[in-house]
Amino acid sequence: MTTLIELAYLVAAVCFILGLKQLSSPKGARNGNFIAAVGMVIALVATLPRLHFTTAGVIIIVIGVVIGAGVGTVGARMVKMTAIPQMVALFNGVGGGAAALVAVAELLTFGQHPAFALAFPSVFSIVIGSVSFAGSMVAFAKLQELMTGTPITYPGQQIVNGILAAAILGFVIAVLAVASIPFSFIALMVLALVLGVAFVLPIGGADMPVVISLLNAFTGLAVAASGFTLNNFALIVAGTLVGASGSLLTKLMSDAMGRSLGNVLFGAFGQTHAATAAVAGKEGRSVRSGSAEDIGTLLAYSQRVIIVPGYGLAVAQAQHAARELADVLEKRGVEVTYAIHPVAGRMPGHMNVLLAEANVPYEQLKEMDEVNDEFKNADVALIVGANDVVNPSARNAPGSPIYGMPILNADQAKNIVFMKRSMRPGFAGIDNDLMFDPKTLMFFGDAKDSLTKLVAAVKAA
Amino acid sequence: MSNELLNELTFFVLSIFVGIEVISKVPTILHTPLMSGTNAIHGIILVGAIVIAAGASSPVNIVLGLVAVTLATTNVVGGFVVTDRMLEMFKGRQAPKPAPAKESAPTK
Repeated sequence: MTTLIELAYLVAAVCFILGLKQLSSPKGARNGNFIAAVGMVIALVATLPRLHFTTAGVIIIVIGVVIGAGVGTVGARMVKMTAIPQMVALFNGVGGGAAALVAVAELLTFGQHPAFALAFPSVFSIVIGSVSFAGSMVAFAKLQELMTGTPITYPGQQIVNGILAAAILGFVIAVLAVASIPFSFIALMVLALVLGVAFVLPIGGADMPVVISLLNAFTGLAVAASGFTLNNFALIVAGTLVGASGSLLTKLMSDAMGRSLGNVLFGAFGQTHAATAAVAGKEGRSVRSGSAEDIGTLLAYSQRVIIVPGYGLAVAQAQHAARELADVLEKRGVEVTYAIHPVAGRMPGHMNVLLAEANVPYEQLKEMDEVNDEFKNADVALIVGANDVVNPSARNAPGSPIYGMPILNADQAKNIVFMKRSMRPGFAGIDNDLMFDPKTLMFFGDAKDSLTKLVAAVKAA
Repeated sequence: MSNELLNELTFFVLSIFVGIEVISKVPTILHTPLMSGTNAIHGIILVGAIVIAAGASSPVNIVLGLVAVTLATTNVVGGFVVTDRMLEMFKGRQAPKPAPAKESAPTK
């Protein structure tokens, strides 16, 4: 029986590996997700025969599975595509929480002075799982705009965080030495939860995808540690796969933003003051704004238009209106393409998903490297709800928090139409010089309304 | 060091290499779905949650087990469903690629 179970776990592990492989290629991605899910079912079913169930055990498992499956399905199905990033954060957080609780339950059964090989992974899982849980909740709150997306910093923050980390380390040593004092687990969990919050607070909302990816890797490691505690092959392999691939993915994501992981995580310290000072000096410059008719005429008599979509487009659900505008322009013989910045929206790849939903033809979507040289030949760069990804200060202002991030060369187009709700800075919380460029026409309003007005104006032109 | 622990360490270390190798060529547009997919996979903690819940009899264990199973199931089910929803969007886009200049909406 045990051999069969282990073999089933091996099949599940193979499913996870094949699933991950497929998930990283566009052709097989959806299949990959399915294969991984099959692996999950195999691992779960294989676990059951070996267990001795108490009546209470059966009841709580059934209740827990029913509630969890209900919440998970409804949450994942109902959530708007724009809110997907925070949903991923939430699902990651609950996984971390579960890993910490499993470790607590195990540690309680070990009695006085458990072997180090058992106690260490349990304590590791409690700490990392709790950090992941609390950090994910803060990431969720930032993305959901329940709290400000700008970095929250205060003097001496690094010292406070350092003390927190040291206190946790001290507690870990104490727990490992003394063991089985329920009170010490509770204190440890509380400290780890506080550290999770403190860790994410100083990181800006625009960097949340990287943070979620990192916490995702953390949860994977916590799960692997729980696997050591429970002597469970499936947990160790699956958890470690996630921990390793998640760490690499975190690095790839920060690379896509042209920044180091250290800069993303700790960049807010000391930099925010410089950035706000720089912004303050730029007050009082004039911007040009245009009417729908002006801009409609400009677009209608252009040869090439490049649309730069951003989060504003997504949040206004304006992808269909953007498609409509592209259609009327193409009917007049205007060449329309979309320039997709790798981190446009709230997560890498977010914008592709949203535009695909509006059935924007695949050939019109251009990646940054492909499209950047085309801006200088474009008559109009139409920026719809994007901001940071076209901010020239990424190129020329070393003090800026986004300095070094590759941007779309929208500023090289002959005309720039900047559609925005207001002059408010973007998600990274910094001013955009492009708005003050003499070639730029601002067009204020909700992205969807504005695009609909432009469609009418182009038709009338 | 016991044999079992040694085996576990072996799986652990080999899994690190496999995990890194297997996703190393992921294109940027798949970063989000991949993160979400790996997020679902660490929902395997549900196996651990079921193990601790199965034998629960004391009130503390019952509460721990119930909460752990609920959270872990949410992670697994939500994770896979939300990843599938993201990738559903990509499916339509792959089809028209070989046949350009077609204006018709891709079939679902």
